[in-house]
Amino acid sequence: MPLTIAEKILLAHTDKKDIEPGEFIEAKVDLALGNDITAPFAIEEFRKSGVRRVFNHKKIVLVPDHFAPAKDLKSANQCRILADFAKEQKIENYFEVGCMGIEHVLLPEKGLVLPGDLIIGSDSHTCTYGALGSFAAGVGSTDLARAFIDGKCWFKVPQTFKFIYNGKLNKWVGGKDLILYTIGQIGVDGALEKVMEFGGPVIDKLSIDDRFAMSNMAIEAGGVTGIIEPDEVTFKYIKAARRTPHAARKKACSLKPVAWSKLRADTDAYYEKTYEWDISHLEPQVACPHLPSNVKPASKVGNIALDQVVIGSCTNGRISDLRLAAKILKGKKIKRGLRLIVIPATQKIYLEAVKEGLAEIFVQAGGVFSTPTCGPCLGGHMGILTEGERCLATTNRNFIGRMGSPKSEVYLTSPAVAAASAIKGRIVHPEAL
Amino acid sequence: MIIKGKVHKFGKDINTDDIIAAKYLVSTDEKELGRHCMENIAGDFASIVNKGDIIVAGKNFGCGSSREHAPRALKGCGIAAVIARSFAGIFFRNSINVGLPFLQLEEADKIKEGDLLEIDLTGGIIKNLSTGQTYKTEPFPQFLEEIVKQGGLMKYIKRRCIK
Repeated sequence: MPLTIAEKILLAHTDKKDIEPGEFIEAKVDLALGNDITAPFAIEEFRKSGVRRVFNHKKIVLVPDHFAPAKDLKSANQCRILADFAKEQKIENYFEVGCMGIEHVLLPEKGLVLPGDLIIGSDSHTCTYGALGSFAAGVGSTDLARAFIDGKCWFKVPQTFKFIYNGKLNKWVGGKDLILYTIGQIGVDGALEKVMEFGGPVIDKLSIDDRFAMSNMAIEAGGVTGIIEPDEVTFKYIKAARRTPHAARKKACSLKPVAWSKLRADTDAYYEKTYEWDISHLEPQVACPHLPSNVKPASKVGNIALDQVVIGSCTNGRISDLRLAAKILKGKKIKRGLRLIVIPATQKIYLEAVKEGLAEIFVQAGGVFSTPTCGPCLGGHMGILTEGERCLATTNRNFIGRMGSPKSEVYLTSPAVAAASAIKGRIVHPEAL
Repeated sequence: MIIKGKVHKFGKDINTDDIIAAKYLVSTDEKELGRHCMENIAGDFASIVNKGDIIVAGKNFGCGSSREHAPRALKGCGIAAVIARSFAGIFFRNSINVGLPFLQLEEADKIKEGDLLEIDLTGGIIKNLSTGQTYKTEPFPQFLEEIVKQGGLMKYIKRRCIK
């Protein structure tokens, strides 16, 4: 039977000879990830099971990133649970503050994600790794606990939707705009329980960081994962990442490794639906409160005054995001009374931003430059909104109360629109400067 | 298993931040999580729920984050079952794994706030005692039914793999 990339990866992680959408399978995972808010539940369940050792300490990754560096005593306790468990189980891929970063930027950067891998994480944005041609899905804490025991996870084999992007990207338009546009078109359940496969001439030319931003938000349309066929762009990124010391410690994972070059959908693979768009006229996109699907072009959102701008997160806290924001903010001042919070996603990105002078540009402009953390994205810390406040963020969710008070508002956008809007004090197209 | 309870109605796309806000994710205590259930969108919801009550909602219930705290918070505040037109993928698997009963029902919109329902979980039958209407839902596929029968994923795995 002809297969999609997602189906090929799932099949390779079972003992089965064939696989069909809709069927339930138990598959062996290459990596199982947990963070400071979801892993404590998993660790508690693991302990209750009476099993003493995890199935394979090299295939588990623990990252305290959501409320870390610990924002309060309860968060400190949660982070401690991870640190203690990592020590007890000899989990090498535990990343303490200082080498920590936002998990979905950190794991690829450390070379822990490979094309063809099957990865689960008790965090919904685990789908980010699909950008490297892996099948990566968010699961719950109990799923993680189970994977700790036998390295497996249950799946209902999803159907795949294909998204083809034609044309040429305008200036100021990137991966974030493509995915916001996509969610705006199909809705927050437009790909419910489906694999979203992104392709076409625009994706072929898209940078790896922009691809990560796209795959990251597949879950915002209900997608299981957001997968992109690995190509030269992918291989170049992975080769560089695999040179890091951490990657060297990860042994080859896949049971029946899928050769990278063969990770292509069969020509007659079945797609339940195909969307094809010409995005040549697409302008920067903004998702208005309170759903990521409430999308408008930046020039059409109206006069929206801002109290805060956040640039960071697992969607847009990468070095190219910071470079783009810095290019716009260089030599400028942000609007008086507005708070600009810039959060590099990992220590490596932090250091690059310092060395390249980006940190200085943000501070000179009147912004703050933070240590890596998920922080404000989910209303944790480092920029909580009070009643009546409005924030424009490069993050991925704008649900009611997501960043603090249920009477605050979050708008989602790209780093370019965020930086330009911080200068103007209201949401603007970067061309408005 | 029979569940009998009063209906609390919610709309479509109820996300996991609605069900339990991130600031409360510093606890693994279901009762404590339950005290803040639906706080962002329905204020003192937890205090008006009686043990055994039922949530009825529109499409895409439980979208957003993977936090298992969401089905656990619902259990913790006394919700006995959730009925919705559709469920988000991760919430669906979390509910199976932690044993929160849920049913997918296309006609969920026909059930009103305050209605009294009787649910036969085994048969997938929902009786609206307030209106006299009866609805039949699709049974779980056998694989999921097994997990549910064992009382959640960990018990299922324990029985199967742990000697």
